[in-house]
Amino acid sequence: MRVELVKRKEHSRKMALLSPLIAVGLTAIAAGFIFSISGHNPLFGLYKFFIEPLTQEWSLNATIAKATPLILIACGLSVCYLSNNWNIGAEGQFVVGALFGSALPILMPDFESAATLPLMMAFGAIGGALWALIPALLKTRFNTNEILTSLMLVYVASLLLDYLVRGPWRDPGGYNFPESALFSDAATLSTVPGTSLSYAAPITLIVAVVLAVVLGKTIKGFEIRVMGESPRAGSFAGFSAKKLTLFSFAIAGGLAGLAGTMEVSGALNQLLPTISPGYGFTAIIVAFLGRLNPFGIIVAGFVLALSYIGGEAVQSAMGVSNKIASVIQGLLLFFVLACDTLILYRIRFVGRRGSAGEVSHV
Amino acid sequence: MFEAVLLTVITAATPLLIAAIGELVVERSGVLNLGVEGMMIMGAVVGFAVANQTGSGTLGVFAAIAAGMAMSALFGFLVLVLVTNQVATGLALTILGVGFSGLIGEAFIGIPGLKLPDLYIPVLSDIPFFGPVFFQQDALVYVSFALVIAVAYFLFRTRLGLVLRSVGDNHVSAHALGYSVIRIRFAAVLFGGACAGLAGAYMSLAYTPQWVENMTAGRGWIALALVVFSSWLPLRVVIGAYLFGAVSVLNLHAQAVELDIPSQLLSSLPYLATILVLVLISANRRLTLVNTPACLGKPFVPDR
Repeated sequence: MRVELVKRKEHSRKMALLSPLIAVGLTAIAAGFIFSISGHNPLFGLYKFFIEPLTQEWSLNATIAKATPLILIACGLSVCYLSNNWNIGAEGQFVVGALFGSALPILMPDFESAATLPLMMAFGAIGGALWALIPALLKTRFNTNEILTSLMLVYVASLLLDYLVRGPWRDPGGYNFPESALFSDAATLSTVPGTSLSYAAPITLIVAVVLAVVLGKTIKGFEIRVMGESPRAGSFAGFSAKKLTLFSFAIAGGLAGLAGTMEVSGALNQLLPTISPGYGFTAIIVAFLGRLNPFGIIVAGFVLALSYIGGEAVQSAMGVSNKIASVIQGLLLFFVLACDTLILYRIRFVGRRGSAGEVSHV
Repeated sequence: MFEAVLLTVITAATPLLIAAIGELVVERSGVLNLGVEGMMIMGAVVGFAVANQTGSGTLGVFAAIAAGMAMSALFGFLVLVLVTNQVATGLALTILGVGFSGLIGEAFIGIPGLKLPDLYIPVLSDIPFFGPVFFQQDALVYVSFALVIAVAYFLFRTRLGLVLRSVGDNHVSAHALGYSVIRIRFAAVLFGGACAGLAGAYMSLAYTPQWVENMTAGRGWIALALVVFSSWLPLRVVIGAYLFGAVSVLNLHAQAVELDIPSQLLSSLPYLATILVLVLISANRRLTLVNTPACLGKPFVPDR
């Protein structure tokens, strides 16, 4: 038997909605399989991993806290991917954004005013955008492959963070621990009154809605889509590929930098040698699972945030390593990409002596 | 001193060389596999685990090759059969490999590893300076050079190599001439996976004989950059790999001479050097346009 792809006349709207769901379903099956070969009850494992975190208030809050940076970064990345710019260095942009945002409370700890937080967030977004503009400029100026350069800068960014918290930015009263001083109250992102959620969550929601409007209702959104699908057609319409590369990288870096600042200011309250459990890479999966659509990304952000919380849950409940979370994340991206094939193609199974007569359609 | 430096350069360059020469063949066939890092780290953990369980470094090396090939088969199925986006799929392969290796390797953290023995070539290895440098390395160093020569011969001196290059340059014509584009590409992808797995085994069985999470530290990505650096010519990969090997051991030797430079700056040099080299190469339009496989990264669906 042979697998054959038959191009659909137009892309299937039904499959566009179904494919992420199929992918999540297949990932759950694969995860259950991993649980059972490591000697655990697969259904119990799946319940602990995917369902239980949603049933308790504290774990739901923790899920939202993890989903927030993922959604914010993925929103920016979707602008890049829609316009065919392969920015895979969001992790570095997140870190550099956090460094720029932390500069104010660390270098000027006495500057406590209502302007402190807004300034920090602005610095963070600028820092992330500047870091992202490096690969973008190298691409537009020298035609350098942005995939490799943006990724290389992730390593440079984390070494820079490491240098700062062990060197000049180390807390002088911190017994030589590699960490910065704790931020003052004015530099701490507080929680929304009546909840235990940081303001990062509503800010992220607003960004996602604004992005949805920009992508769906404005000329800029149209430009992003056209340049991604057919750069030649776009150039006839007078759109500049180079300007769009710079724009999309700046947006993605800016949002990643904002996420980084809100993470250190809201969740960690100081700089540590590691400030991200791979948010910048996981956000790539979020962007694709969400079909590069802001509302899809919100849902996808929760699914991937669950994988962090679920990983901890199965570790404490069943003694399965929490490393299983990153395996499940990787499998999910594979299934998402594989299922997306169904949108453009119909899959046909052809028998060995296959002729057009004996085929079954899926 | 110089001899010691040279010896560390060789061990640092060998995994880069092996991984890059594999990816070069893959890219020559028109496929861009960004999952080198993921395949390499899987090779490292599987190689270490099997060597540790069986006590045989050789078995570890072969298991690592098999692991790299299994990963690349997954990639090949998605990219070639299901025609998924090559960039995104390669990225998925890296994310999966890093995660999976962490899960497998958890049991092996902190366990002393097995080091592949150095070969002592009789008489020749006794020559001062030249002996230790050229005739007293582990077997994989010689394998890496044999691979480069074999790949160069295969690509430019054999009929099948010509077919592989034509598939990479114009898959529509190659298909029309009756060559199975998918099958040839799948074979190339598997070869790339085997090389990445072998490079991983070198990391965990020779470079630093132990398992540390994320121990490849971006070397798979640097190998990808080396292919661009080489402008898809096998012999130039050697130059690139040894150049980068030299840069990556700077940190080690700078500490010995007590230079007052932050170690993080020295550690970031290989990554910064990669960016610099990519810029220099890509700014040279003539160099990149002549050798870049014309169909690199482009999907192919045969019309029957």
